[in-house]
Amino acid sequence: MHPAYSVIFFTVSSGAGLGLLAFMGLGPFAVEDASTAFLLTAFGLGFAMAVGGLLSSTFHLGRPERAWRAMSQWRSSWLSREGVCAIATLIVAAIFAGLWLFFGLSSAFLGMVTTIFAMGTVWATGMIYLQIKAVDLWHRWLTPVCYLLFSLAGGMTLFIFIHALFTGKAGPELSSMAMVMLLIAWAVKMFWWMGANRAPTSTTESATGLGYLGKVRLLEKPHTGSNYLLRELGFQIGRKHAQKLRMIAVVLGAVVPILLILLAIPAPMDVLWLGLAVVSHLAGMLVERWLFFAEARHAVMNYY
Amino acid sequence: MTQLPETTERKLGLVIDLDTCVGCHACVISCKEWNTGGYGAPLADTDAYGSDPSGTFLNRVHTFEVKPENQPAMVTHFPKSCLHCEDAPCVTVCPTGASFKRSEDGIVLVHEDYCIGCGLCAWACPYGAREMDAVERVMKKCTLCVDRIYNENIPEDDRVPSCVRTCPAGARHFGDIGDPDSDVSKLVAERGGFDLMPEQGTKPVNKYLPPRPKQQSMGGEDEPVNLAALAEPTASGGFLGWLDGALDRLG
Ligand code: SF4
Ligand code: SF4
Repeated sequence: MHPAYSVIFFTVSSGAGLGLLAFMGLGPFAVEDASTAFLLTAFGLGFAMAVGGLLSSTFHLGRPERAWRAMSQWRSSWLSREGVCAIATLIVAAIFAGLWLFFGLSSAFLGMVTTIFAMGTVWATGMIYLQIKAVDLWHRWLTPVCYLLFSLAGGMTLFIFIHALFTGKAGPELSSMAMVMLLIAWAVKMFWWMGANRAPTSTTESATGLGYLGKVRLLEKPHTGSNYLLRELGFQIGRKHAQKLRMIAVVLGAVVPILLILLAIPAPMDVLWLGLAVVSHLAGMLVERWLFFAEARHAVMNYY
Repeated sequence: MTQLPETTERKLGLVIDLDTCVGCHACVISCKEWNTGGYGAPLADTDAYGSDPSGTFLNRVHTFEVKPENQPAMVTHFPKSCLHCEDAPCVTVCPTGASFKRSEDGIVLVHEDYCIGCGLCAWACPYGAREMDAVERVMKKCTLCVDRIYNENIPEDDRVPSCVRTCPAGARHFGDIGDPDSDVSKLVAERGGFDLMPEQGTKPVNKYLPPRPKQQSMGGEDEPVNLAALAEPTASGGFLGWLDGALDRLG
């Protein structure tokens, strides 16, 4: 599958942004006497990343001016559900953040709704891919689980960074929570990768229905040039490169951030280390998301 | 409306005979010709006369080679267009309601004015039956020539999909596959028509008829004729053989 940069950026950015908003939703239980600067930064960054990602996702539409229509088919389409859920999250989160920031009211109820809606949006993103049966790699329950866990891990890493920025310390409890989340998310992702070698659901034999005769191979392509299908669905990275990139993703996304968070617990320069942990994790996520598309094989390639 | 109808009154579709198709691509061209001027946005070509030509087509012909055991390899031309699936995954994923399946005849269509060009339906179709138009930026697909089959302004003979009307080999048949007494259903029953990728669970309406088994060669029951041997001189070969042939030719 073609790795479109707008979609990669969208899922990484809104994933982490919504994760951060989800943790801010739990704020009324966890954060005492939050300063205005802290709230402004945390909500600001959460909104900027979520909205920035959503806007970027419209760049890959052929007709972005009609994007509002995508809200209408929530009864069958996960893409539609994602859109509806994203808008609902932003509205609830805006009310929740506004009340807290300007009136000092941290409503636990609105916070919980923000958390649930934010996670619902990320889950819907994962379901869009799960729903595509023609791509074996994606059509698995672990796909939305990975999306959700990465969003939580990214959000938590962002949260402790901002927390440290304004309180001077991330604290061992929050830091270990972030490390555990990073560990779980990447462990599940590795499990997901392990399942990538299953035998394909469809083959050239089943795609042509000629398998009963023997081995089938393409003799002549239907077109001499390229076409939409090959450009959009035909891209696939070689195994050797994929292996290397998986390593890079794990190192940047998990190993480096966890070490930096560990380093930050006793260190005086903890804000710097935590900032670097955020950057490294997001870089690892970009590689992971690129691979998510580049490693996926579409059933239509059985005809080529 | 991207929820699928529970059932459709008819199941209009194509039956494609892989035995008769000669791979001439006439259906590809006639499809493009009709559909670029008919229903909806035209089918664009980009860089048509340049080094990297590319275009939108609703029907394409692949050519496969299959090697049965103990038989010479067979070449099969393989036309492919939307199969108007009963459980069309392309329809249910569409976020805008642009993609839909008609309850009266089962045809799967795109309402192009609603389409945002997200491409999700093309991902969902395992058959590669949908192509995004590079110029109009909306999804294009086979309409089963919905603007021909019910069109009372054209002669009755022409009220079939353009590809069916054009095929010089008679390899394409159009009809109601939901009606067991229709000609197409009888053809499917008689010839053992099959579904493409049944494991994808799409329940395609279009059916494919298998190539007939290759006739055994003229040389006898199982032995293929050794053509090289036929070219050999009749005598045992070598100089004497040549002499034998040369004398024969002298009369
Ligand atoms: S062949 Fe593809 S485009 Fe046509 S109905 Fe089936 S899934 Fe949809
Ligand atoms: S490309 Fe158009 S028809 Fe296809 S899913 Fe998106 S909005 Fe629907």
